[in-house]
Amino acid sequence: MSKALFLGDEAVAQAALDAGLSGVYAYPGTPSTEITEFIQNSKQGKAGEVHSIWAGNEKTAMESAIGMSYAGKRAMVCMKHVGLNVAADPFMNSSITGANGGLVVVVADDPSMHSSQDEQDSRYYAKFALIPCFEPSNQQEAYDITYYAFEMSEKFRTPVLIRLTTRLSHSRSGVERKAERPQNPLNVEKDPKQFILLPANARRHYRKLLDKQPEFENDSLNSPFNQYIDGADKSMGIIASGIAFNYLMENFEGGKCPYPVLKISQYPLPTKLIAKMVDECGKVLIAEEGYPFIEEQVRGVLNRTGNIMGRLSGELPRDGELNPNLVAKALGLPDTYGAPVPELVVPRPPALCVGCPHIDSYTALNKAMEKYGKGKVFSDIGCYTLGALPPYNAIYTTVDMGASITMAKGAADAGMSPCVAVIGDSTFTHSGMTSLLDAIYENTPITVLILDNSTTGMTGGQDSHALGVLGEICKGLGVKEDHIHRINPLKAHLDENVAIIEKELEYQGVSVIIPTRECIQTLSRRMKKQQAAKK
Amino acid sequence: MKIDIILAGVGGQGILSIATIVGAAAIKRGMYMKQAEVHGMSQRGGDVQSHFRLSDQPIASDLIPLGKADMIISVEPMESLRYLPWLKKDGWLITNDQPFVNIPNYPDFDALKAELAKVQNCVAINADQIAKDLGSARSSNMVILGAASPYLQLPYEEIENAVRENFARKGEDIVNVNLACMKAGRELAEKK
Repeated sequence: MSKALFLGDEAVAQAALDAGLSGVYAYPGTPSTEITEFIQNSKQGKAGEVHSIWAGNEKTAMESAIGMSYAGKRAMVCMKHVGLNVAADPFMNSSITGANGGLVVVVADDPSMHSSQDEQDSRYYAKFALIPCFEPSNQQEAYDITYYAFEMSEKFRTPVLIRLTTRLSHSRSGVERKAERPQNPLNVEKDPKQFILLPANARRHYRKLLDKQPEFENDSLNSPFNQYIDGADKSMGIIASGIAFNYLMENFEGGKCPYPVLKISQYPLPTKLIAKMVDECGKVLIAEEGYPFIEEQVRGVLNRTGNIMGRLSGELPRDGELNPNLVAKALGLPDTYGAPVPELVVPRPPALCVGCPHIDSYTALNKAMEKYGKGKVFSDIGCYTLGALPPYNAIYTTVDMGASITMAKGAADAGMSPCVAVIGDSTFTHSGMTSLLDAIYENTPITVLILDNSTTGMTGGQDSHALGVLGEICKGLGVKEDHIHRINPLKAHLDENVAIIEKELEYQGVSVIIPTRECIQTLSRRMKKQQAAKK
Repeated sequence: MKIDIILAGVGGQGILSIATIVGAAAIKRGMYMKQAEVHGMSQRGGDVQSHFRLSDQPIASDLIPLGKADMIISVEPMESLRYLPWLKKDGWLITNDQPFVNIPNYPDFDALKAELAKVQNCVAINADQIAKDLGSARSSNMVILGAASPYLQLPYEEIENAVRENFARKGEDIVNVNLACMKAGRELAEKK
C-alpha cells in the first residue's frame, strides 16, 4: 500500500478509524486538536458513521467514551495534557471498571510549553491508574500503536493510554495503513457489577487490576514497540523513549549507534530488558521527552552507584523539550552550531488579530477599571489571555480553565473590590458554569465578562457549546436578569459599553456582561466560503 | 540525496504551502520526508517555523540539528535571521526582503538589509512586488519558492507539477499565476 503523509495526530486518527472506531470524544487543545478534526473530516465522520462532535470538556468526553465502551463499541478520548487533569476522575475510575469495547485515551503533552501552562508528563497518569501506556517515536508507530491499542484494550479489558508529545503530534511523515476492521456491534457489558463501583465491587475490580500488572509488563517485554538493539561498546547503554529515540539516532550516521540501545515505546517498563542493560553496561544514559519518568524508576531514590544518567543527574536539562543537539552533548559528541542570531532580531510574540473583538472588550474594560487601579481582573485560558501583554495589560491571572470566575470570587471573599472575571464563551461552558453558580449561591460581588466570539478561537475555531445560549445559561443558573447585559464590542459603542461596565462594577452582587462579536478568523473564513459558493 | 530546510515566517504568511508543494514533489520521487510544523498559539501573528527534511534514506529526527540546515527559506527578512543558528556554513538563505511589521520595536530596515548582506550565501528579493506585478499579491510565497528552486536538487518540472496539483481545485487562472510567480522568483535568483 502506498504511503500517505500524516501528522502524528492524523496517524492516530486514521489508525483509530481503521481499527473500527465508533466514536471519538474530545475538547480542543493544542497539540491534540487535529486528531478529532481529522475524524470529523473523514468519510466516516462526515457520514455520521463515527461519532466525532466536540464534547463540552475533557471530563464529559471521558465519561461518554466509557459509556460507549460499556455498550461494547470502540471509543477514543483525545485531549491535551492539562485536559487529563479535568478528566482525571473518570479516567482513574475507568481503570477500575475496565473496558468492554476498546477504550483508548490519547493525551498530547506539550513539553517546553509552546501553548500550555505546564509541561506535566501523562505517563505518570497511566502509572497512577495502573494501565498500559504507549509512547510512539514516529508517525508510523503512532499509527501502528493506536491500531494495536484497541486490540490490547479489548484483550485485557482495560483502558489504554497513548502519550504523544508536541513534535510528534505536529510533524508530518509517510505512513502505511493496515486493513480496515469493522466496528463492534452493540454488545452491552454482561457483568452487571462491572461498572458499578460500589466499594465491595471496586475492591474486587482493583484486585483484578493488580493481578493484570504482570500480564501488562509481559506484553511490554514482548512488544515490537520496545526494542533492545545491541551494540559492541558496552561502556555505556542508552535507554531512549518515544521521540527521544529519534534524536539519539540522528547523531549516528545510518542509525548505527556503537552502544546498546533500549528503545521504549510501551509501558509498564520491561524490567528484564532494563536489568539486562544495567548488568551489561557500566553506565546507562536515559533520554526521554518530558519528566525523568523512566530515570526515576531505574535509579531509585538512592542511586548509590551514580551510574544512571539523564535529566536528574544533569547530563540532559531537567526541563524543556529535547533535540538532537542536547542528546549529542549528553553523549559527549561535538555540538554543532551555525551563526549566532543577530542582535537586531527581536521576539515576535503572538498577538490578538487585527479586528479581534477582544481588543474592543479590553479597551472598554481598561477604561472602566482606570479609577480602581491594577490587579483586579482575573482571566482564563484562550486567545484573550493575550490581553496580559502590551498594549492592553488588562488581566492579572491565568491559571486553568474556569479559574477566572472562582478566583475573582475568592478575592472578593478576601475583601478585594471590585473583582472582575474575563472568560471566553467556550471556556465558560467548559468549566465556568459551576464557578458562576458558586458566586450566585453566595451573591458574591463579582463582575463577569464572558467574551462571546461564538467559537473556540485559540485552537482554530471549533464549535462552541455556548453558541447563542449564554444569556439563557446565566439566567438559568440564577443571575438576575437586569444584571445580564449583551454588549457589542465595537469602537462605535465604546462609551455605552464603558458605562455599562462601570455601573455593574458598583453592583454588590453577581453581574454578567457578554460582549458579543464573531471571531475575525472564523468570520473571514465564512465570508471566503460564501464568496466561493457565489462563483 | 538529503536536504534539510528551515521554513520561516510570521503566522498566517503561508510557509506551510511551500512545504506542501515541495513535499508532494519529493514523495512522488519515493523520497522520505519529515516536516515539523508549529500549530497553536504562535499562529496568532507570532514567529513560526517549520523543519522540513527530505532524504533518499530514512530520516531519524523531526527536528534539524543546529548548524546542519542546507537552507533557510523565509517569507520575512527578520524571521530569516532568527534561524541562522541552524544554517550550516555554506548553506543558503533565501528570503523575501519585505518586512512584516506587527510589533512596535521592529528593527531599522536598512540595518536589517545590512545584516542580510553579511550572510555568505543570501538571495533576498522583493517577492511582494513581483507577486503584485503578476496580479496576485498573496502569492509572494510562490516567488520565494521559485527563488529557492535552483537549490532544491529536484527537477523544476516536478515542482511545477506539484504547484499545478496543489492549486488545481482553485481553477486554471490561480494555477497559472502561481506558476508565473514561481518562475519569476527562479529567474531572479538565477541572475543573482
